[in-house]
Amino acid sequence: MTNDVIRLLGKKDLFIQGDEAAVYGALIADCRFFAGYPITPATEVAEGMAIWMPRLGGVYVQMEDEIASIAAVIGASCTGVKSMTSTSGPGFSLMQECIGYACMAEIPCVIVNVQRGGPSTGQPTEAAQGDVMQAMWGTHGDHQLIALAPKSVQETLDLTIESFNLSEDYRVPVILLLDAEIGHMREKVVLPEVTTVKVDERVPATIGPDKYRPYRTGFTRPSKVPEFAPFGSGYRTYVTGLTHDKRGFPVTTSAEVHEELVRRLIEKVQDDIDDIWYHETSFLEDAEIIVVSYGTTSRPAVSAVKMARKNGIKVGHIRLITIWPFHYEKMREYLKNAHTVIVPEMNLGQMFHPIRETVGKDTKVVSAPKIGGAIHTPYEILKFIEGDVK
Amino acid sequence: MSFISNDIVIDKYLRKDMLPTIFCTGCGIGSVMNFCLRAIHDLNIDMNKTVFVSGIGCSSRVPGYIYSDGLHSLHGRAIAYATGVKLANPELKVIVFTGDGDCGAIGGNHFLHAIRRNVDITVISINNFIYGMTGGQVAPTTPLRSKTTTTPYGNIEYPIDLSMMAKVIGAPYVARWTTAHPIQCMNSIKKALQKTGFSFVEVLAPCPTSYGRLNKMGNTLDMTKHFKESTINIKTYEKMLAEGKDTDKMIIGELVDIEKEDFNTKYKKFCGELK
Amino acid sequence: MKAGIRISGFGGQGIILSGVIVGKAAVFDGLNAVQTQSYGPEARGGSTRSEVVVSDEEIDYPKVESASVSLIMSQEAFYKYASRTKREGLIIYDPELIPDNKIEGNFKLAEINATRIASELGTKIVANIVMLGAFNEVCSLISKDSMIESIKDSIPKMLDLNLNAFETGMKKVNIIK
Repeated sequence: MTNDVIRLLGKKDLFIQGDEAAVYGALIADCRFFAGYPITPATEVAEGMAIWMPRLGGVYVQMEDEIASIAAVIGASCTGVKSMTSTSGPGFSLMQECIGYACMAEIPCVIVNVQRGGPSTGQPTEAAQGDVMQAMWGTHGDHQLIALAPKSVQETLDLTIESFNLSEDYRVPVILLLDAEIGHMREKVVLPEVTTVKVDERVPATIGPDKYRPYRTGFTRPSKVPEFAPFGSGYRTYVTGLTHDKRGFPVTTSAEVHEELVRRLIEKVQDDIDDIWYHETSFLEDAEIIVVSYGTTSRPAVSAVKMARKNGIKVGHIRLITIWPFHYEKMREYLKNAHTVIVPEMNLGQMFHPIRETVGKDTKVVSAPKIGGAIHTPYEILKFIEGDVK
Repeated sequence: MSFISNDIVIDKYLRKDMLPTIFCTGCGIGSVMNFCLRAIHDLNIDMNKTVFVSGIGCSSRVPGYIYSDGLHSLHGRAIAYATGVKLANPELKVIVFTGDGDCGAIGGNHFLHAIRRNVDITVISINNFIYGMTGGQVAPTTPLRSKTTTTPYGNIEYPIDLSMMAKVIGAPYVARWTTAHPIQCMNSIKKALQKTGFSFVEVLAPCPTSYGRLNKMGNTLDMTKHFKESTINIKTYEKMLAEGKDTDKMIIGELVDIEKEDFNTKYKKFCGELK
Repeated sequence: MKAGIRISGFGGQGIILSGVIVGKAAVFDGLNAVQTQSYGPEARGGSTRSEVVVSDEEIDYPKVESASVSLIMSQEAFYKYASRTKREGLIIYDPELIPDNKIEGNFKLAEINATRIASELGTKIVANIVMLGAFNEVCSLISKDSMIESIKDSIPKMLDLNLNAFETGMKKVNIIK
């Protein structure tokens, strides 16, 4: 199927928007169900899926609101079909209860959030990175999901495919955090080689319906991710958002059952954090100042770091591609020799918090915020770097 | 209608390790589940290809007891989850169990739009006029002046009529009965399950623990008697209308039965035309 | 090599499409390109800006600060963006839309009556393509072949009219200094 899509798209080099790249990534990842609701600046994702789904034997449906959209996506995923929705801040807020459901019931799904200025309806056409904390902590209760933040249109395509892979592998919702800038930015995109593109599927049930337990793990393989039997396959599974036992049946007053379940939901992701945590580093060897960025903000950050290096400043750069889960251990290792860490973000300091939590009190962590819609200029970030030269 | 023993229903259709149910003595939900399973048995529906979907509330616990695929979703969202299931795999029979609050208040918009979209699902709404699971709060269906824990001096809001709403929005099958009409109810569920498109069966059911107790209506028997007295069959009602008379009673019976192309059929057709 | 092109005007002039055509043409030339835009909430009217960064290297910062080339199609945009062109940079404008077009500074200036030419060709909606023809004539950043290829790829309808608009723009551009 994936090969067919790449062939169908025809040309290999495209000049497309980030929102469109998310569509193509989804098609290549074998997404065949999309439910959404129009919202600036994410509407182009829905429009793209409305064009492609009917042509590829998939389903596109515009639901009555964002809650219905994510609900339909979860319902579709229960039948084994890879499913996605897209939205922006206000819609993302509405989806939170269902995102928690997908965490609890372990239903794979991908949510593309093209961030705009908030709070509330805020700045519909302007870029922001204000949903970073909400992506991880927007839904109630202890849980662990995965969030990725691409810096370019090409990476949006690549990470959309990866979002589906991670979602299928770990049976968690994966949030792809774009922003209005990258969503509407056009850039050259090269479609992946048919032979090399990796597309994962959730692990199917390997035992018969009589012995199968929907939430039993470690039975045939060491992973803490349970095997999946889709609706209609004769396994007759029961899926609930209530605390459930290995059979999937509600057990709501047992501390043991609740703790075992919730801890496993977190550990299944955290145990593999080394494989999930994508990042890039540059100039770290002798760095005394380190800039940590993610998403679109990484672009002026890289420019600023290069300029500062030319000026002889010992500055390095870490780009978080996976922003959740946050890898405290690795970050502690990277940041241990820096006297200052600078965190440019299109918000008033969100990723700043886990980073500050990572380092000791001898390291200064500086928030370099920017809100209002425009991305940082390289000079704005450079000023922060120069301001902290000792 | 074939008559089978309870043993067969339990043995063939229920998850025995989930029993007993959480339903109170005298609650009507078990009866409606029973009607539905007997309808399924009569139609010889493949339970390996059937998904029961529900939201939150007493009636939403039904899928947990039925031996088929089950999706116990979030409060109000059952119909939206069910839409995803049915659209992604049209081969599946999708049945939603919902309550009056789940369907008419928090999930009202999904109810409305699933009808508009004509998704091929059957929605069985058990209407007990109150929020039972949380202990008896006012519902969108609670009659005027009724007492609930959040309308201690009587309800002042006009109740919603779910079946009439389904009818005016254009559902191809709508029926309303009470638990005092088991045969009619089973027959309507059978028809609903056979209908392609959105089918809706509302069943008025007693909640002696909350609604009955707070409104001094006595036991289930008294409440059932009250249902019989406070409802009027559509056929009788139409005759009344013809004679220029009207009534405040709730109309029961088969309210709509028409043919209307459903979403999946339309979608499949237009996908075919694209190629 | 790295160049920033800023195209500005009001909504409905095809400002964003012009940016897309330039960016795509650069990609056809084997270069890297990033196109971004800014516009108000209204679907038509309102000020619009499209920026393209073209480079033979990877492009980090995607925005144009001082433009190497400014294509300007409204008076308001001229006031706002003409002076945000680099020293010795190129400003191309439509003088009939921009009667007040005096500008101090070390710029290369070129005029094209894009909107009138487009009307004469049949419809003023191709004024943006006339501008692109003028741009291609006075600036060698992107090859003509790629520009034409990009127009074909971006506007499959009314191809002859658009190609005619492009050629006419190339012919009629008036270099002032």
